[in-house]
Order: sequence, then C-alpha cells, then structure tokens
Amino acid sequence: MAQLVAEQLSEHGPSGGHGHAQDPEHAQNPYLAHHFDTPRHQFEAGKLGIWIFLITEILFFGGLFCAYAIYRSLHPEVFIYAHYYLDTFWGAVNTGVLILSSLTAAWAVRNAQLGQRQMLIFNIVATVILACCFLCVKYVEYSHKFHERTLPGRYFNPEHEVWELPSYQKAHAHAAGHTAAALESHGEAAAPQAEPVPPGTPPALGGAEVKQAPPGAPVRPRNVGVFFSIYFCMTGLHGIHVVAGIITWLWILRKTLRGEFGPSNFGAVDYAALYWHLVDLIWIYLFPLLYLIH
Amino acid sequence: MTSPSATADVLAPPAESESDNYLTHDKGILSWLLTLDHKRIGVMYLMCVMGAFLLGGVFALLIRTELLTPGRTIVEHDTYNQLFTLHGAVMVFLVIIPGIPAALGNFVLPLQLGAKDVAFPRLNLASWYLWMIGASFLVVSLVTNAADTGWTFYTPYSTTTTTSVIPALFGAFILGFSSIFTGLNFITTMHKLRPPGMTWFRMPLFLWALYSTAVIQVLATPVLAITLLMLIVERFIGIGIFDPALGGDPVLFQHFFWFYSHPAVYIMIVPAFGVVSEIIAVFSRKRIFGYKFIALSSVAIAILGFLVWGHHMFVSGQSVLAGTIFSGITFLIAIPTAIKVFNWITTMYKGRIHLDTPMLYALFFLWVFSIGGLTGIFLGVMSLDVHLHDTYFVVAHFHYVMMGGAVTAFFGGLHYWWPKMFGRMYDEKWGRTACGLLFVGLNLTFFPQFILGTRGMPRRYYNYLVEFQPLHQLSSMGAYLMGISFVIVAVYLLRSLRKGEPAPANPWGSNTLEWRTVSPPPYYNFHDTPEVVEGPYEYADWVYDKRIRGYVRKASDAS
Repeated sequence: MAQLVAEQLSEHGPSGGHGHAQDPEHAQNPYLAHHFDTPRHQFEAGKLGIWIFLITEILFFGGLFCAYAIYRSLHPEVFIYAHYYLDTFWGAVNTGVLILSSLTAAWAVRNAQLGQRQMLIFNIVATVILACCFLCVKYVEYSHKFHERTLPGRYFNPEHEVWELPSYQKAHAHAAGHTAAALESHGEAAAPQAEPVPPGTPPALGGAEVKQAPPGAPVRPRNVGVFFSIYFCMTGLHGIHVVAGIITWLWILRKTLRGEFGPSNFGAVDYAALYWHLVDLIWIYLFPLLYLIH
Repeated sequence: MTSPSATADVLAPPAESESDNYLTHDKGILSWLLTLDHKRIGVMYLMCVMGAFLLGGVFALLIRTELLTPGRTIVEHDTYNQLFTLHGAVMVFLVIIPGIPAALGNFVLPLQLGAKDVAFPRLNLASWYLWMIGASFLVVSLVTNAADTGWTFYTPYSTTTTTSVIPALFGAFILGFSSIFTGLNFITTMHKLRPPGMTWFRMPLFLWALYSTAVIQVLATPVLAITLLMLIVERFIGIGIFDPALGGDPVLFQHFFWFYSHPAVYIMIVPAFGVVSEIIAVFSRKRIFGYKFIALSSVAIAILGFLVWGHHMFVSGQSVLAGTIFSGITFLIAIPTAIKVFNWITTMYKGRIHLDTPMLYALFFLWVFSIGGLTGIFLGVMSLDVHLHDTYFVVAHFHYVMMGGAVTAFFGGLHYWWPKMFGRMYDEKWGRTACGLLFVGLNLTFFPQFILGTRGMPRRYYNYLVEFQPLHQLSSMGAYLMGISFVIVAVYLLRSLRKGEPAPANPWGSNTLEWRTVSPPPYYNFHDTPEVVEGPYEYADWVYDKRIRGYVRKASDAS
C-alpha cells in the first residue's frame, strides 16, 4: 500500500525546479504550497512534522507516567487498594471503542488515498461517533466517582469502603479468610495506620455512621487520594486529547465535504489518523496501569 | 579584480530590489499580522522580544537600585520578591529562549538554507501568536498581584503563596508550546527543504546549532508543560501530587522542573554558539577550524544536557550516588564546549581579523562565556556546591552565561544580520562604543557578585550585612552602565532605519547563502535558487568593492 501511494505521489520526482508559484505543478494543484516542489515533497514534510509532534505528545504524557511510576513504587498499597474503585467493565468497553475507532481512522486514510469520497465520509463520521461514545462512558465513570466521592487528594472521602464494592467481593469471594493473607503478601495490610480524618473535611454524606468492617477486611492505607489525583490527571488529559481529536476530525470532515482530498492530497487525513492512533495507544497503556492492578 | 558581470551575477537589478522586497511587498498592519512569510514573522518576534527585554531590563535596574542599600531603598520586600521573579520569568521565557531561534533564526534559517520558507508557515505564525498570548498571561500576573516565587516556581511555596501564580504558570505553559512548534518547524525545514547541493555538512554552523536547539526544544519542553499543568491543578484544587501531607513529593517538582530547565539552558546558549561560529569565521576571513567538531559538539551538548539536571539539586537530599553521577556528566559537558572555544580561537589564529561590531561582540562572548562556563564547573563539584548553593556566586555564574553568553551573541547576531534584515547600515563607531561599554558594564555588574557569593551573600535576599554594601553598589553601577549602553544601541539601530546608508548585498564578505540575495531580501528570498557547490566558509572568491562598500564574488573559473 505504501508503495502504491509512493508511486502515485512521485509522478513528478524532486526535479529541483525551485521556480515561483507559476510552474505547472503548482498551477494544477491548489493544495501545493509555494515552497514545496511536488505533492510528495509536501506530504513527506508534513509526515515528519506530525511524527515530531507525536514525540512531544509522548513526552508530555511521559511526565504523568513518570509520576505514576514514582508514586506506585512509593505507595504500592494505595494503588492496589484504590483500583477496586474503578470499573474494569467500562474501562474495557472504552478500550474496545477506541481500538475500533483506530480502525475506522486508518480506513479513512486509505479511502482518501484512493479518492473514495463516500467511504471517507462514513469512516470519519464513524470515528467521531466512537470518540463521542468514549467520552460518554468517561462521563458515566466520572459522575459515578463524584457521587462516590472517590476524588483526588484531600477530597477523597468515599461513600463505600473497599470491602463493600462488588469488584472487591468478586476478587475475594472464594475465601474470606484468605483475603488477609493475600493482602498481606501485597503489602496492603502492612500500612501502619488507618487514614486519619483530615482536619476540615466535611463528614461523609449518607453513611456517616461508622461501618463495621468484616474480619479480614483491608485497612485503608494513608493517602489513597494520590491514586485518584493521578487517575484524574491522566484520564483527564487523555480526555482533552480525545476532544481535540474530535475537533480535528470535524475539520477534516469539512475539508472532505469540500472535496479537497484525493490521491495527490491526503496528508491531513493521514496526520489526523496518526494523532488519533497515539491517543488510542495512550489509552491502551492507561487501561492496564489504572484498572488492572494486581 | 571585479568584473561588472560578476557584480550583476550577485546583485539583482537595483530597480527591482528597491521596488519589491519583503518589507514593501504588502502594505498595512494586517499584511504583517496575517503574514506567513518567515522574514516578517522573524521581524515581529524581534520587536516583541526587544519589548520584553526592555521590560525585563527595567525590572533588573529596579532590583539593583533596591540593593544599593541594605534594608528599604525604593520598594518593600514583597515587591522586591515580585521584581526578581518577573525579571527571571520575562528574561528566560520571553527573551532568551525565543531570542536567537525565533527572532534571528526565523529570519535567517530559510535564507541560509536556500529555501523559500520554513516547512510550516502557518504553524510558524501560530507560534508567534502563542508567544503573544503567553506574554499577555505574564502581564496579567504582573498587573494583578505578581507572582513572587522566583522563576523556578518551587513547591511548596508556589502552591501556598497568595500571589497570582496561576497566570504566570499558564503563560509559561503557552510559551512552551510556542517554543515546541518553532523547534518542530525548524527540524522539518532542515530535513526536507534543503536545495540541491546543500548536504548536511555544507550547512552553516548556525543551522547546526539551531537544529540541536530544536531537538532540545521538542524533547524537553513538553515535560515542562506537563509539570506546569500539574502545578496549576495542584494549586487550583489541591490534588496533592506535590504535597507531602497528601502523599505527594515536592522534590518531584524540582526533578521535573530541572529535567526541562537544564536542557533549556542549552536552548538558550547553543544558538549563541552558532551565531559566534558564523561571526568569527567571517571576520577572520578564514575557513572555520574543525567544522565537523563544532557541528557535532552542538549535538553532543544537546544529548548530554538531558542527563545533568540533578546538579541543580545537590542540596535537595538526593543520594550521594545520584549526585556523583550528575556531577560527572556535568564535567563531561565541558568537553564539547571547550572544543568549540578552542576551534574558534584556532580559526582566528593567522586570520585577517576585522574588528567590526559583530566581531567585537563575538570576542566579548569568548571572554565572558569562558568565565561563566568555568565557574559552572565550580558549581558542578558537589562539595563546593554545598557551600556556594543559592549564593550570589550562582547568580553571577548564570548571568555570565545567559547575559554574557546568550544575550551578547544575540546582539552580535543582530548587528551581523541587521543590514540584511532592514537593508541599512548602522553607525559603526557607535556600535563599537556601545559594545565596549557593555563589556565594562557586564563585568562590573557580575564580577563583584562572584566575590559576594563566596563571602556568603545568599541570592534573592532583600536585606544584607553592611559589609557587603560596596560590592553591591559596584554591581549596581555596572547595571546602570549596561542600561545606558542598551539605550545607545537602541538609538543608533532605530536611527539607521531612517538615516542609515543602504546596505549592499554582502557587507561582511560572508559566503553563506543569505548574503547572495539582495538586502533586504525579496519576498521569495532568492530570484533564482542558489546552487550549493562548496562549504559555507570559503572566502577566497569574495573581494571588497569600495564603490558599493561591500563584497562581491570574483569571476570564478568560468570566466
């Protein structure tokens, strides 16, 4: 496929004809900027540019991944304890949604290269819809966390203890007595003391009365909020990138409807898809790192 | 001998050059604000950077005035803290980082390369607008309740102070993206827009320097961006990532910050190396010595610069092992830097040195940068750093490097390319005078600070012991002298725009491509794309022509 595209683009090799914008190549292609020789030349420059941009994006998220690594190594018990509050089902659904949207994005590039306008429109719209699905699921998850008050930092004040959660009960159903040992081996129960109620925090709404923990239930480690700080920072920044992706795809759609794309001008679709794959890829790392901790 | 035909070969017909250049191609303010021309964007950057330099300079003079006496001189201590914070933030983020790459680089890069523009002209304009937006946020912080954290924004103070830190952080965040996009544009341009014959090792050293700088900009700045973003969130809602009471770690902020900000030091100084390489070769009339070594030492500095951030944190409680490693790599950086300095000196050896203003700035750079660089090695020694940390010794060191290195080279480059940018010659006599005054002023300002530092004067202090007063006053006198010199520079440069003599295409006899086109260049840079058949530092073919007060190319073997 890459070879085919290369052939399509290289009809006019880099001739070095650095004349002004009046040469035939520029006259017949309104999308070829004056400082490039051929469409291929322009495409390759754009491709290099988007790859460099993706590198900056990786480093941008890299800071957060680094913070994640440091805090997970400093407070492993917090991460194991807190991940029960995340809903693996919805996380998995979102992973599927994003992978599917990467497929439609890649397909859209192919459609643009071959000049298949209808399919291009279809795939762009599909990508946007899938991206919106992702955000809807994210909205469900976030609002659940706001209700449960599993919030970052000092705002962490959960409605339910971890042993009340279905995800915890499911993981520890087979042997209640086994739980303590399992937690011990993970270093969870090794946390020295229970979370003192930070001064100035309002008493938990609803279940304000102290619940009786069943025997073997894990003690809540200190600073569980730091997990949710990391969680909201990482997924929030990722969510912003999804929104940026939707805006980009809508812009691409507008250009498509104007009939701008075809075999000699498909760069923008390709670059948008590369960006979209990166957004997808970052989620593929976030999902196990946040949801699938054991 | 110069034949008329050879003259015509390099100079376009004068009628055309006067009627159409990039300055006169379009008229009206919108033709500037919406321009995609790299030359105009470079000029817009230049004006804005100079405005910011004035602002930062006024802050500096206020700081030095306050320090004339112990205790209160003109402002209260809180205001003093805000002054040094804004001085640092403005000078670093608004002046030195964009100074050479975005202002001079934007103008020069495509011309030196032989291209018609940078790879992404619209992105280039967007970078300028991002710069403007970032700068406005810094101004918002200034006029509301200016941040008083120091330009380093260290936690936990930056998350607890009542001043408006968030606008300043957000400004720096946006300026970071401006810098990233400039770097991205430059890398792509150098990879994809080299004309036939322009191989990597025929590129002028300024381009190698810009390339290395761009790599650092692209790789380091995103980390600053995410750090500032986390700090904003931390300050805004208190999520505790940098707060030990909530399980966070304030020292992590220092690691993140210096992971960017040490490479950022090379974003500031590596382009300066490039400018100095150009100037020294041209004004010594001799091929640069050790071209490949200078080119690759920029790359080496760019790579090593990522591995030394811990030397800012020797007293932060990091382990002795980590400190030792950081200290060792810090010493390694002295090697590529020294390679450059020795090569410049060797280039001058047996050259025919012309002491025009740009060359004076380059020599100025060699002196003060060497002092700044060598005192950096003192600070890289862990045992000594524990004593000198956070004293005026550090202040003197980085002002010798940033002011004496980056700003001096910026002014050298400005004087070197001024005739090309605006088509006018400035007054050479005043140029040399101002450069001399600056040299005296800079040393008078910062040398006493080395002594102050070794005697225990801490940096950023409002008050001090009476015994430090003579040295502080010397330093302030030097600052005033520098202020006067910069006013002189501003006056004769602006005057040259109206009254300066028209500049020839090649006033200095340089062999890089930007001097093959008329001054100022036409909208499309070159009437005909130059073909590159030799390296950028071959001066044998260029001879001085008294009539046009510039150099013309001898009729070469063809005629």
